[in-house]
Amino acid sequence: MPSDLELGLYVFMLATFVGLEVIRKVSPLLHTPLMSLTNAISAISVVGAIVITGAHGATTLSKVLGFIAITAAVTNIVSGFLITDRMLKMFKKRGGK
Amino acid sequence: MEHFVQYLYIVSAALFILSLKWMNSPETARRGVFAGEIGMLLAVSGTLAAHQVFNWQWILAAFLIGTAVGIPIAYIMPMTAVPQRTALSHACGALAAALVGTAEYYRSVRSGQPLHTFEMVALVVETLLGFLTFTGSLMAMGKLQEVLPQRPITYPHQNLVSLTLFAIAAGLGVRLILVPADTWIFPVFAGLALLFGVLLIIPIGGADMPTVIALLNSYAGLSACAMGFALDNKLLVIAGALDGSSGLILSIIMCRAMNRSFSNVLFGAFGQIQPAKATTEQRPVRTASAEEAASILEAAGSVIIAPGYGLAVAQAQHRIRELFDNLMRRGIDVKFAIHPVAGRMPGHMNVLLAEADIPYDRLVEMDEVNSEFAQCDVALIIGANDVTNPAARNDKSSPIYGMPILEVDKARTVMVIKRSMSPGFAGIDNELYYMERTLMLFGDAKAFVGEILKELPARVGVRV
Repeated sequence: MPSDLELGLYVFMLATFVGLEVIRKVSPLLHTPLMSLTNAISAISVVGAIVITGAHGATTLSKVLGFIAITAAVTNIVSGFLITDRMLKMFKKRGGK
Repeated sequence: MEHFVQYLYIVSAALFILSLKWMNSPETARRGVFAGEIGMLLAVSGTLAAHQVFNWQWILAAFLIGTAVGIPIAYIMPMTAVPQRTALSHACGALAAALVGTAEYYRSVRSGQPLHTFEMVALVVETLLGFLTFTGSLMAMGKLQEVLPQRPITYPHQNLVSLTLFAIAAGLGVRLILVPADTWIFPVFAGLALLFGVLLIIPIGGADMPTVIALLNSYAGLSACAMGFALDNKLLVIAGALDGSSGLILSIIMCRAMNRSFSNVLFGAFGQIQPAKATTEQRPVRTASAEEAASILEAAGSVIIAPGYGLAVAQAQHRIRELFDNLMRRGIDVKFAIHPVAGRMPGHMNVLLAEADIPYDRLVEMDEVNSEFAQCDVALIIGANDVTNPAARNDKSSPIYGMPILEVDKARTVMVIKRSMSPGFAGIDNELYYMERTLMLFGDAKAFVGEILKELPARVGVRV
């Protein structure tokens, strides 16, 4: 069995290639919403922050740091998805108004 | 349950990839946002359900505060301020990663079960990138919001100081990896990373912010990715890698659009080197009134408008839309030529014009539109300067030589709306303004376009 590290590196390598291929095809029209979308997606780090904060016997330090981390990540998730959608709504084709 | 959540994570990862894939066209892009939201919801609720979560009051409070802060940011933020918001969200994302790393470090030291070496490596990378991206993004935000000077802040031996500082931080990081129990090192290490983030960004000028934002995006993604390694969570690794590669591609596009290299952006302190060249001799330029400009536009068969950030500064987007509608109604073919660095972040100009209801199929990227200038009757430049300067093609001594530009000088008539002859961000004179075929329309962009519009409807009335 490969170790966790090896598996992790495989996942990282493949995800990077997928990312490069997918992002390359994104229309330059949408580069600003793309950035706010990837921002919201990478705020999935909230999952890590939940695990740290919610661990049994977490110290006060852990709880405080985790609390700030969750707040920051949730802010990114909420504002990231909403502002992306707000921007995308503005892109209209001719005759569509 | 512990296993079940892993499957949820796989579904989430697939949804995140689809989400980005659907961003390839404006028609499917909103579906992409939806896919991302579902992926996020699955992952977060799965995590809450699978782990036995203690301290839920803390978590709930953080969720409520984050939501309460996030909603107004998304809806109140004007589109001109989107670059600042993006910088702020890079700062938030990086801070989250850095703090989780910090908490995880102290937890492992306290528990007396030291982390594996590779977990320590991931943790050090996570906190280093997280802290430096946090302060770096705040500095970038300050520059974009213009609370900090736009000009590069420089001092002697700047690069040497920054690199030494980084080397010390990296050295301490290695020491932490080797001897995790040396807890006194961690705060010093974190402090140096925070300081390095500040030093990294202050020497970079306002014109380079599009590249810097993209680069910080990449760092923020990579720190989330490192968190995935430290906590052994593949979903974090994937999401971080997607974010990191997105930032990387965007920064490469920005660098190419300015004909610069990464090291040149980071260490070059662009925008302060050319002090005097602009003040040579006064050369004659041809000017025109709004009335003349209107009759030239009216007689044209095709018009290409080259907008720059100056247009947004003058709040002229809606007037431009009126001009666009007016000309299109007369059967004139109107397009917008978008330079990749026309706004303050990648793709910013497209959003600003889309907000003013200009249809996106009329926004044409530089590479596509450049071949069309030679057949175009009028090129109208509003609020753009350096990205139209033919010196980038002709003058080897120019600091912007080699930068790809909008080839507006090939149009039959060139009209430039500009407040005065003052040079642009790069501080260099624009050859375009002295050409035979160029007409300078001096004035505020919004007011001047308004004047042109006043001349146009009257004539439509005569014809009808």
